[in-house]
Amino acid sequence: MRRLLSPVPIAVVIAVVALLGLLAYGVRSTAPDATLEQALATGDRPTAADTRLPRLDGRGQASLAEFRGRVVVLNYWASWCEPCRTESPLLERWHRWLSGRGGTVVGVDVMDVSSDARSFVREFGLTYPMLRDADGATQRSFGIVAYPETIVIDRAGRIAALRRGPVDESFMRSEVAPLLGEGS
Amino acid sequence: MSRQRAAGRALAAAAAVLALAVAPATALAAACPRTSVAAIENEVMCPVCKTPLGLAQEAPQADRERAFILERVERCESKDEIKTALAAEFGDEVLALPEDEGFDLAAYLVPLLGLAVGLGACALAVVRWRGRRASAAAPAGSGAMSGDLSGHDREVSPDAAARLERDLERYDL
Repeated sequence: MRRLLSPVPIAVVIAVVALLGLLAYGVRSTAPDATLEQALATGDRPTAADTRLPRLDGRGQASLAEFRGRVVVLNYWASWCEPCRTESPLLERWHRWLSGRGGTVVGVDVMDVSSDARSFVREFGLTYPMLRDADGATQRSFGIVAYPETIVIDRAGRIAALRRGPVDESFMRSEVAPLLGEGS
Repeated sequence: MSRQRAAGRALAAAAAVLALAVAPATALAAACPRTSVAAIENEVMCPVCKTPLGLAQEAPQADRERAFILERVERCESKDEIKTALAAEFGDEVLALPEDEGFDLAAYLVPLLGLAVGLGACALAVVRWRGRRASAAAPAGSGAMSGDLSGHDREVSPDAAARLERDLERYDL
């Protein structure tokens, strides 16, 4: 018993407990953030973080605040992502439809080679505003872990819906179109 | 004769100009490529995979990053130039250096903590070792009795010493 109370075993126990604590903290802090899903499931609309990013074409910066008053379909994508290729024509079609009705699609190209991203935009003839998040810093505030993911923001700047994965026609009809009728 | 000399001079000058023109190109060709994809991919991250690029196999983003590096290797850029280009393209996280906040801070703190614990353990070991040496050396010079009671540094009173002496004589020891 006296041997167990000597400094060396105590130091070993403290070190083991500290390492276990660090491991637990690491597992918790790197787990996907489901806060948004939980809020949306209870009918809440959390305010979207004001995201400010450079434009993909290099012409200055843009922030989400600039689109306040419009319904924003914020789409995180990358040129190497196959499902992003599938959904891009649909997003472009919806952007053209939305732009005359108080809405817009905004693309955010994430952790991508910028020349590849610009080629992608040209290939699909995308005309909606395109931003670039080189290191993925803004995606954390939306809990994004894969691509593509889409956040739908209402006219008041609140998150109204999200899709983890490619969007489709039924998502756009059920989650985006009704927001156009809401006031800001 | 002078015409021959002039022609010789012109030839020598032409050879010198040719040598000057060819030398830098030859030196450049010898120095190119200055690095390789393999030399860089273990020193940078695949930002999407969250692993070193060298470990990220069959990931489309990693393949694009390798193509980005290869393009620059073929342009004869140095390793540092390519790493700078990668950081400009993907942010500083691509340089495989942990962030100095959140959980990644542990990457800096744990080694420091380990070093502190190691130094503390060494200091403790030295103190204990010196203590043991001192206690082993003490009886030789400080004992009250010589010989028999070595190893014990307790003081023995003169009465007790005399009694012990009498007992030893009585038992003929």
